[in-house]
Amino acid sequence: MRKTLGLAALAAVLACGGASAQQVNVKIGVLSDMSSLYADIGGPGSVAAAKLAIADFTKDNPNVKVELISGDHQNKPDIGSQIANQWYDVDKVDLIIDTPNSGVALAVSQVANQKNKIFIVSGAAASDITGPKCNANTIHWTYDTWMLANGTGTAIVKTGGDSWFFLTADYAFGHALERDTMAAVEKAGGKVVGKVRHPLNTNDFSSFLLQAQSSKAKVIGLANAGGDTINSIKQAAEFGIVKGGQSLAGLLVFASDVAALGLPTAQGLVLTETWYWDMNDANRAWTKRWQQERQGKWPTMIHAGVYAGITHYLKAAVALKGNVSDGKAVVAQMKSMPTDDPLFGKGTIRPDGRKVHPAYLLEVKKPSDSKYPGDFYNVRATIPADEAFRPLKEGNCPLVSG
Amino acid sequence: MFEIFGIPSQALFGQLLIGLINGSFYALLSLGLAVIFGMLNIINFSHGAQYMMGAFAAYLILQYSGLGYWPALIIAPVLVGITGIIIERLFLQWLYKLDHLYGLLLTFGLALILEGVARNYFGSAGLPYTVPESLQGGRNLGFMFLPNYRAWVIAASLGVCIGTWFVIERTRLGAYLRAATENPTLVRAFGINVPRMITLTYGFGVALAAFAGVMAAPIYNVSPQMGSELIIVVFAVVVIGGMGSILGAIITGFGLGVVEGLTKVFFPEASNTVIFVIMAIVLLVRPAGLFGRRA
Amino acid sequence: MERVVDPLAVRTPSALRSQSETIGFLIMVAALVIAPFVTYPLFLMQAMCFALFACAFNLLIGYVGLLSFGHALYFGWASYLSAYAAKAWGLTPELAILTGTATAAVCGLVAGSLAIRRQGIYFSMITLALAQMMYFFALQAKFTGGEDGIQAVPRGHLFGLIDLKNDMVMYVVVLAIFLAGFGFIHRIIHSPFGEVLKAIRENESRAISLGYKTDRYKLMAFVLSATLAGVAGATKAIVLQLASLTDVNWPMSGEVVLMTLVGGLGTIFGPVVGAFIILVMQFKLAPIGEWVLVIQGVIFVACVLLFRRGIIGEIANKLRIRL
Repeated sequence: MRKTLGLAALAAVLACGGASAQQVNVKIGVLSDMSSLYADIGGPGSVAAAKLAIADFTKDNPNVKVELISGDHQNKPDIGSQIANQWYDVDKVDLIIDTPNSGVALAVSQVANQKNKIFIVSGAAASDITGPKCNANTIHWTYDTWMLANGTGTAIVKTGGDSWFFLTADYAFGHALERDTMAAVEKAGGKVVGKVRHPLNTNDFSSFLLQAQSSKAKVIGLANAGGDTINSIKQAAEFGIVKGGQSLAGLLVFASDVAALGLPTAQGLVLTETWYWDMNDANRAWTKRWQQERQGKWPTMIHAGVYAGITHYLKAAVALKGNVSDGKAVVAQMKSMPTDDPLFGKGTIRPDGRKVHPAYLLEVKKPSDSKYPGDFYNVRATIPADEAFRPLKEGNCPLVSG
Repeated sequence: MFEIFGIPSQALFGQLLIGLINGSFYALLSLGLAVIFGMLNIINFSHGAQYMMGAFAAYLILQYSGLGYWPALIIAPVLVGITGIIIERLFLQWLYKLDHLYGLLLTFGLALILEGVARNYFGSAGLPYTVPESLQGGRNLGFMFLPNYRAWVIAASLGVCIGTWFVIERTRLGAYLRAATENPTLVRAFGINVPRMITLTYGFGVALAAFAGVMAAPIYNVSPQMGSELIIVVFAVVVIGGMGSILGAIITGFGLGVVEGLTKVFFPEASNTVIFVIMAIVLLVRPAGLFGRRA
Repeated sequence: MERVVDPLAVRTPSALRSQSETIGFLIMVAALVIAPFVTYPLFLMQAMCFALFACAFNLLIGYVGLLSFGHALYFGWASYLSAYAAKAWGLTPELAILTGTATAAVCGLVAGSLAIRRQGIYFSMITLALAQMMYFFALQAKFTGGEDGIQAVPRGHLFGLIDLKNDMVMYVVVLAIFLAGFGFIHRIIHSPFGEVLKAIRENESRAISLGYKTDRYKLMAFVLSATLAGVAGATKAIVLQLASLTDVNWPMSGEVVLMTLVGGLGTIFGPVVGAFIILVMQFKLAPIGEWVLVIQGVIFVACVLLFRRGIIGEIANKLRIRL
């Protein structure tokens, strides 16, 4: 694997003061999709975020030395698993982070558990990672399907969108998203007037959109991802769905997708994310630094999650005085310390490995309202941290007793 | 207003029309493939990538010269067609004497290269491209809302398909082409420059793919993998229609679009698979395809 | 029309043939025995599974002349059934692998009997169509786990006795399976049955006129090829402890074609070498991940234009031996 940085610390030579801080050496691997579908939401951007996290932390803690490597899992669980095995066994990596693609993330989570190392998921969405498939070596940052479904569903019903039609990708992820959102919508008092399932990687959505249009539902929920979502939105614009008074709810949409669509097509789309670059000054400043490595691109919440996750891990490593070989102990330490970083603010990690923080209901701006490149969203609502994620007891995680 | 199998007739006609629209894309793409296979005996696996190049060319033309959709409809196919000619001269001409297999493998490799390069430079999320002003909006036909752009797609595809069929089947140039495929030596003896015709034919087939790409750019996501998602389906269309038959490709393209559209209404989860099921059945019953000449 | 396979191989005297093949075999075994002490065993095991897959594919294209575009079907579905058997039914690894293999054999029988009816490109297209249909089925079926695949497959205890969690122990088992499969293919090729297959490849009508029921031979070869691909897939599921959609998708079918092409169609060691090369490339180039696709494409083009015989094929040609 490519060694992108060996960041040396100006370590143990500090003669000032009696108790010189304990030397901490760790090795971190960013395992992401560098070349295909998720390269924009994770990929090289995650590596850039990792570098920033390491630079910032070692500036304040010169006794910490971090080595960073990265690898491409190419969206294949085989390759992801193979790389994870090799990294943990041969390359002495302590922490693996990122992995968009739930299939790969679940595989790596198993490997981390077997080898008692640490895995922080920023990129993948499956809520099972902190549910039935949870383990003591894995932490799930950034987001998951439950939060997306619940955040978008409940928040939209509360703002008036109380009749829904679902356009669902016909595979496990789409079904899960549809099921969770339906539950959230009905709990908030809305009703589901219809749904249609489309095959994965459909090019043309006109027939499905036609059905959505004739259902007269106020909201059309897109329970799909990636290219399917982009195609649905693009063609919905063509059929004048938003102009005709219905609104689109993207259940899994990232800032990079909005950039790909362009504001004229995506305007009015409602979605939930846990981090947006333009929300406050701290985020904006960080984004400027991130863009020095990734010109012309915009950071997604996944990149922010990589930064925050590494920062918290390094804090735990320091607290343990550099004894990071026992993965379970480090994760326990991370769960016991409250988190605090410039991007997500204060938060906690629950016993099931779920990091909780607030979520934001966002709406894509009209082109006329967008003042500068990257000005994508209006923030429509904030969902507080204790409501944003699935309640601890409902997850069926074996680590949670009772 | 009546119901057929529980679906109101209005919805059904709407879906049929949409099926025809999709069919016109299939027809355009399979037309290029059929021309190339019929004339050159090359199975052009890079057809999907060339379709993608057409869409990307339209985007780049907009970015760098400000020229919009209408000029791009002409310029992009010409540019991509020229790259096709280069490919033919550089790579394909050495393979004519060999097994079909090699042409297939070579164009497959080219497709990987084209897709990989596009992905490196443009990322995989996709690029924005909007429907041209003059074609925006739509009209309410009573049974459905038909976007103007989709109406244009049917009209343009029909026009190009019929035009191509006419040139190949009814003009002298087409006659030379067909003769050159059957017996190149004899046709050369008449003084006709056969290699050049072959090169131009490949370029034309590629240009057809690019034309379909430009037509697709406003409504489908312009991404590096847009071609590979479509190519397998288009191959199925060509195989069903008969690998060398121009008319077969056109009719099957439209026909399968309609079949797929109807499947989306009655059994949406299977709409991806129905084309392959039909292909398997046709191959077993009529191996040369519905309109094909060779077995 | 130049044939897919180099006719030079047929003209080599049989004494020389077996000599070069034996030497090659010994070198291969030696390399595989030493390798786990030098390189990461998990990677080697995966490579051997793919090598067996490529050898099985090569049986069909190199020795019968049939290009199957949907070989991922057998590899992938064997992998799924093996994983499911080990995880949900709790079978021991050798039974799980047998389950997977049996699945592949059945699929091969059904698919083969449909595809054999046509020749050339139409045969290939039918195999592709069938593979695509089974891919969509895998996507929908509950037990395959869809996009996530079947994860956390236990390595289990071989015959209920030997714990396979240790990578080195597992390696010995996989090596045994690989050599057995390889040896079986070698036996097929150098048997009277194999000679008939080659005769069918060279001139099917003549073989028919000699009284051979070519369809039955082709079907048999197809089923054998599918079954061996199944062995590879089933083993891979136990080694890597997962089975996913990538195993049944058409790029996987394309990859096995690439492996065989690079190594050398119609040579016995070609697919093995090709598989190792392609896998090494995938891992070593992962850091420049963006270019893997392009490089694979360039290799395809280069092989077709310049190295049609593949690496082993070129070596064999230069040395005038049979490999």
